[in-house]
Amino acid sequence: MPELLQFAFSGLTVGAVYALVALGFTLIYNASDVVNFAQGEFVMLGGMITVFLHLAGLPIPVAAFAAILITVLVGLALYAFAIDLARGSGAVQIIIITIGASIFLRGVAQVIFDKRFHALPAWFGSEPIRLGGAAILPQSLVVLAGAALIVALIFLMIDRTILGRAILATATNRLAARLVGIPVRRIVALSFALSAAIGAVAGLLVTPITLTSYDVGTLMALKGFAAAMLGGMGSAPGAIVGGVLLGLAESFGAGLISSKYKDAIAFLIILFTLFVRPQGLFGKRSTERV
Amino acid sequence: MERLLRNRWALVVALALILAALPLVFPSNYYFRVAALVNIFALAAIGLNLLMGYAGQVSLGHAGFMGIGAYAVAIGASRFGLNGAVAMLAGAAMAGLLAFLVGRPILRLKGHYLAVATLGLGLLISMVLTNEAGWTGGPDGMAVPRLELFGTRLRGPDTWYMITAGALVLGVILALNLIESPTGRAMRAIHDSEIAARVVGVDVAAYKLKIFVISAVYASIAGSLMAFLNGHITPDGTAGFLRSVELVTMVVLGGLGSVLGAIVGAAMLVILPQALTIFHEYEHLLLGLIIMASMILLPRGVIPSLLARLRGGGA
Amino acid sequence: MSTLLETENLSIAFGGITAVDQVSLAVAPGQIHSIIGPNGAGKTTLFNLISGLYQPSSGRVKLAGEEVTGLPPEQLARRGLSRSFQNLQIFFRMSAVENVMVGCHRHERTGILSHLLALPNVRAENRNSREIAMAQLARVGLADLAEKEAGSLSYGALKRLEIARALATEPRILLLDEPAAGCNPVETEEIDRVIHDVAKAGIAILLVEHDMRLVMRISDEITVLERGRKLVSGKPEAVREDPRVIAAYLGTFGSEEANRA
Ligand SMILES: Nc1ncnc2c1ncn2[C@@H]1O[C@H](COP(=O)(O)OP(=O)(O)O)[C@@H](O)[C@H]1O
Ligand SMILES: [Mg+2]
Repeated sequence: MPELLQFAFSGLTVGAVYALVALGFTLIYNASDVVNFAQGEFVMLGGMITVFLHLAGLPIPVAAFAAILITVLVGLALYAFAIDLARGSGAVQIIIITIGASIFLRGVAQVIFDKRFHALPAWFGSEPIRLGGAAILPQSLVVLAGAALIVALIFLMIDRTILGRAILATATNRLAARLVGIPVRRIVALSFALSAAIGAVAGLLVTPITLTSYDVGTLMALKGFAAAMLGGMGSAPGAIVGGVLLGLAESFGAGLISSKYKDAIAFLIILFTLFVRPQGLFGKRSTERV
Repeated sequence: MERLLRNRWALVVALALILAALPLVFPSNYYFRVAALVNIFALAAIGLNLLMGYAGQVSLGHAGFMGIGAYAVAIGASRFGLNGAVAMLAGAAMAGLLAFLVGRPILRLKGHYLAVATLGLGLLISMVLTNEAGWTGGPDGMAVPRLELFGTRLRGPDTWYMITAGALVLGVILALNLIESPTGRAMRAIHDSEIAARVVGVDVAAYKLKIFVISAVYASIAGSLMAFLNGHITPDGTAGFLRSVELVTMVVLGGLGSVLGAIVGAAMLVILPQALTIFHEYEHLLLGLIIMASMILLPRGVIPSLLARLRGGGA
Repeated sequence: MSTLLETENLSIAFGGITAVDQVSLAVAPGQIHSIIGPNGAGKTTLFNLISGLYQPSSGRVKLAGEEVTGLPPEQLARRGLSRSFQNLQIFFRMSAVENVMVGCHRHERTGILSHLLALPNVRAENRNSREIAMAQLARVGLADLAEKEAGSLSYGALKRLEIARALATEPRILLLDEPAAGCNPVETEEIDRVIHDVAKAGIAILLVEHDMRLVMRISDEITVLERGRKLVSGKPEAVREDPRVIAAYLGTFGSEEANRA
């Protein structure tokens, strides 16, 4: 039993991170139909920049804040110098561009930083908390709380602010949004900035547990993407539920079946979901119009 | 010129002539090696282009099939004592069978969903190759025994250049044949309008599956050839996600729906990074830039852009 | 006259809206049966149900006496049902003649291996399909444009290209969804001729069309749909005089311009 509790807890922790990545995907996807494969690099940058600024002597909170800021700038640059320039290209072209961006950012990180693994100190020490026989890292609680806070903030913003309304309008119907005077391109740029910030925060929250290196982004993006799809592309609640479910499935799969194929388990679940319910858990089924 | 680009037999003859003439100007083995790599990737890209450019179905996991072809010859020869050529055919059959088995549910998906499903498939294949170290040597890969044909061991980039060039010409001929056949018309129709294809009696699901299998076989053969050429293979180098992305980029960069385009795209994406290897540390950075730049600057692909230019200027 | 195609209480709902509601109709070989009604009445949806693109929530479709409800379109095509589309569904990257050759698909017999190898029987089949396709193009008056890329043809030409493609399947019944919409008077004339010609060859025709002059002239029978329901059904003269139809159309019969959407 304590084992299962342990699996559940570590599943929830990674699941929270996947959920954040999936949420970032969803924001950009809703605003622009772009599937951003560089989402994982935001997570990597959040962790790596904090690590290296901290090594350079900055206190961690300052380094973390700077890391978020820089990642946001990277997100905006990705929009301005790649996505926006390719407006009107096909979906495949855009996918390749974001994959190219992901490779590029990885390459930059490899040059500026290095190819080693790095850790950050846990926020409240690393003495595990005992709970029903399971050992829980305090940082796990930080990850969960941080993720919950971000999700709450995003939902509040979308629900309560004019900006949020504009984002919602853009997501629902871009042409109509433009016609009523919403600056759609700025909204899309904003969605890239927000996604980058969410990714960066996810990165610096989880680095004390999982470590980070220049190439952690790829798998992160793939899993975030998978989680978004599991929940149903375009649904923010779906992204979060998808992320958590994926984290849990991975953790239990690794613990009970095979840790070698931990990543495979995630993708098998995705494939299975797509086959039996292609619109995802929260997506609406619709009849294609003819 | 436009006529030439459009006439399929002119294309085959021109390609064969160029491939035959190139050795005359190659100063060193290094050139043979790079050119052989171009041939190999062009072969895989032509197969993927049948799927993407003609049938309109994206695959972000096609390197997985290359991996199957590569490991089939390595494992077949070293573990089962198979002749390399036989192992290559066995690999192609396995890749085709796998594509056949998973293709139907996967190809029901569209757009981003299809992209992630194929990506997952490729990833699963490369994970198996990485994890089953007892068979595959794990992430560090394994050596590939030399191919022996009619009592001679085939080695040396010049030999492999000739073999891959032959394979490429054959691949081009088969692809062009297919495009101009009932199957080819059906798959091009599917690309433009699935429902119109269905209401005139085209079994869309069946055709997508057939093309998926054919493109998997192309990739597998290419993977086997790459294994023979390199003499050593790794999961990432044959089946990795980056490889899949490169293949897709080759197809789009050269031009979706253009056999010649697939060759041009492959040549560009093989040669450009080679030319930049002096900046070894910057490999990923440059590759990422090249991929982004080519999609932003030439979203329609080299050959279609060229054709449009010729038509616009010449007529 | 025996019926070829028959629908029985065919219905489908999207969300809360019943787009087609208990529609029953029949059409016999060589007969032209028109479906008219205001925009959004459910005419296209009815076609989508009959041609297997949508699954009905209830009701049945019978083709030549056999129940075919829920069969996919490719199987219906093989049983002799084909159609054109209101919103063009063209293979834009193929030439006009290749578009029609795809219509020959269900008669082509060679296998994929012979396709890869371009065996002589494939070349013979290609030639044969091309001949059939050229004949169908000539039938709709597009022979001159055979080698043009479909994407470069005019709207009116594409409307007829769709008919030629459907005809190449050698259907027993043809569903035409607004074939004359967006066509100039000359092209409309041409389409009128083609429809007559096809019906005379014994093919059953279901026609959705807003051009009332064309409909009244050409139809053997007319069914009026309103909000998914069958309002009236009968001979053109009877339908024209029916007070419910006149009310539904606000007396705009005979002035087709008013009804063009
Ligand atoms: N795939 C679909 N999903 C949702 N609603 C649909 C779909 N297809 C048609 N409808 C609805 O069904 C009704 C009938 O549409 P349609 O058959 O196109 O009308 P018509 O062809 O007579 O103009 C409309 O209200 C339309 O919005
Ligand atoms: Mg309609």
